[in-house]
Amino acid sequence: MRTFKIGGVHPQDNKQYSAHQAIKECPLPKQAIIPLVQHIGAPAQAVVEVGKKVKVGELLAKAGGFVSANICSPVSGTITKIGEWTDAWGAPGQAIYIDVEGDEWLPEIDRKPDLVHQCTLEPKEIIDKIAAAGIVGLGGACFPTHVKLLPPPGKKAEVLIVNGVECEPYLTCDHQLMMEHGEEIIIGIQILKKALGVQRAIIGIENNKPDAIAHMRELAEKQLGIEVMPLKLRYPQGGEKQLIDATIGRQVPSGALPIEVGAVVDNVATIYAVYEAVQKNKPLISRVMTVTGKSVKNPGNYCVRFGTPIEEVIELAGGVPVDTGKVIGGGPMMGRAMDHIENMPANKRLSGLLFLPEAECIRPEQENCIRCGKCVQACPMGLEPYLLQRLSELEMWDELEKHDIMDCIDCGCCVFTCPAHRRLLDGIRPGKAKVGAILRERAAAAKK
Amino acid sequence: MKQLIVAPAPHAHSGDSVRRNMLLVILALMPAYAVAVVEFGWGALITAAISVLACICTEYVISRYVLKEQRQTIGDLSAVLTGLLLAFNLPSTIDWWIVIIGAVVAIGIGKMTFGGLGQNPFNPALVGRVFLLIAYPAQMTTWPTPQGFNGAYVDAETGATPLYYLKHIVKAGDSSVIDQLPSLMDSFLGVMGGSLGEVSAAALLIGGIFLICCRVITWHIPVAILGTVACFCACTGLAGALPEGLDTCHYIGYELLSGGLMLGAFFMATDYVTSPMSAWGKIIFGIGIGFIVMVIRTWGNYPEGMSFAILIMNACVPLLNKIRPQHFGEPKKA
Repeated sequence: MRTFKIGGVHPQDNKQYSAHQAIKECPLPKQAIIPLVQHIGAPAQAVVEVGKKVKVGELLAKAGGFVSANICSPVSGTITKIGEWTDAWGAPGQAIYIDVEGDEWLPEIDRKPDLVHQCTLEPKEIIDKIAAAGIVGLGGACFPTHVKLLPPPGKKAEVLIVNGVECEPYLTCDHQLMMEHGEEIIIGIQILKKALGVQRAIIGIENNKPDAIAHMRELAEKQLGIEVMPLKLRYPQGGEKQLIDATIGRQVPSGALPIEVGAVVDNVATIYAVYEAVQKNKPLISRVMTVTGKSVKNPGNYCVRFGTPIEEVIELAGGVPVDTGKVIGGGPMMGRAMDHIENMPANKRLSGLLFLPEAECIRPEQENCIRCGKCVQACPMGLEPYLLQRLSELEMWDELEKHDIMDCIDCGCCVFTCPAHRRLLDGIRPGKAKVGAILRERAAAAKK
Repeated sequence: MKQLIVAPAPHAHSGDSVRRNMLLVILALMPAYAVAVVEFGWGALITAAISVLACICTEYVISRYVLKEQRQTIGDLSAVLTGLLLAFNLPSTIDWWIVIIGAVVAIGIGKMTFGGLGQNPFNPALVGRVFLLIAYPAQMTTWPTPQGFNGAYVDAETGATPLYYLKHIVKAGDSSVIDQLPSLMDSFLGVMGGSLGEVSAAALLIGGIFLICCRVITWHIPVAILGTVACFCACTGLAGALPEGLDTCHYIGYELLSGGLMLGAFFMATDYVTSPMSAWGKIIFGIGIGFIVMVIRTWGNYPEGMSFAILIMNACVPLLNKIRPQHFGEPKKA
């Protein structure tokens, strides 16, 4: 069975808590908070004013640049405030507040449950529809999807790789989505193949989800040019570069995009959103989130409208467990520990909420590096984490650049594996930020 | 609601620890130690006990009273391991005070002067051993023959090791002592004279494979060392440098199974702190050790050169760490 070639670790997958839980609809909130940054790139620009009544699906904010995404209203009601808002990690931003009134949708949105197979649109029209719907990568990076579908001049996509890996421990939302909406995902894949002009699509799924592999295989059998590829369980297989390596055996060069090797990667949840946008005219206004943890009463997969305060989703899952130490947005490997859960809405970026008991949140004291090289063995990018951390501490930016710190994908394998409990990434992250800034400055100077 | 804990990702850990790794290495040494106890009786028990205790005490005293560290590190078991490895490299009949001097040098000079675990450039147990070899050459090269608990502790019958004969045979071309060599099977099982823990290649091999299976060490260093030694012997044989009565296969067998080669390849050269990080670094490190040990064994003054070979290659580790691991992706575009 295939997998990526360099590094990787085997964290306990802990998916048993929420796996196979049917997707439950989360009720509408009284007030929705819609952040203007829900993607990588420039913040969206609000196009509505306070006091305006909006329907579900109406454009609230338009993309603020080439790499940016629209934001459509997930609820109907009156806009009460557009202003400052702080996310659960303390980062300031802008948000639109809507008092929810009823659930009135734009008339062009098709809310009937039946499948729409036929797509007669031209590639350009498909991409425009995806852009209008504000679709971003729902696997975690939140890169605007339409940008990926427009390869730079001279580059041609050859294969669409569908990410059904879900390598983060605990998370099960993509798994459940494949089980319940496999047909839609298959149609979405055909639409994207058409938009990209490629003949071949590969769905990569890790072998800890045999039911999803079997189900998608059954659906893909009747389709032309869609192949399901089981992958050997290994973290971080869901990383874009690792998944391309695992599925088609090509390695994206340092600093380049996947299109360099002819690949475009999209997550299954993103592709489901593409189906809804193109076939049903439904913009991206909700997503499936996993709410899970050892002590959570009703762990499961919840379909949540954006803007719904996460406290309401947590209530649905049985409330915050008493032994909670950390609340993590996302999975345990790359998710970020929240500072507070108040005033934090579900949004495109939030794939799950993980409650870790206090006992599991103790960071053991750091010991001396024993130079065992386990971080080097674990790094999926073939870097030397122990060295990068040391050089970052010494502020040796040139050396860091030479040692490819910019290739670090933040996956956490090095910290996970370190027997001396060294917090390698705590040193590497600031070093990467600094070197990135230096590189941007240099590029700007070169332009002048 | 109570304050949430905030810390950077990842929020999961493999559960591995320094202590666990040290403990597994100690466990892996146990088969060889059992053979040592069976063969050398009280000598093996006493020498190892003194060595381990002396190492722990030295580390504690230096860390607590000289360096005035807040946190003591003897709990990580690295001092226990150093003590055990030092004992493995000593004849079981050696005087107790020599063992203590060795332990003090190993931990004091080999490890603590550099700042403790993780900072030392040379394998501490080998620093101790080589110091003793130079300071007390007679005591360090008087090996008892295996007598179990029957032999009196101090008056053990002593004899030369197979490596001594082997050197004599190959260097002087004297084939008259070939019948002094033990059978290959005895060499493999360890029914012969030698340092306390190095005699049984079979037991060491079991421990070494256990370590590889537990992912405590990787295969690179031991395979590179053993492979290089075998190649070197094969070349010697093919070049016709072996006297009559000793064929190439037996020669390879004796070189691999005698002396500290197995102990060194699996347990000493693979010491985390003093070996390279990347796979290729490890392979070159192993080849270097294999080559140097054969140069010493063939042309040097000592019959055995494993300690020296490892220490010399330890010195090359900073250089070998310049070798980068295989990097993801094709070469960078300009």
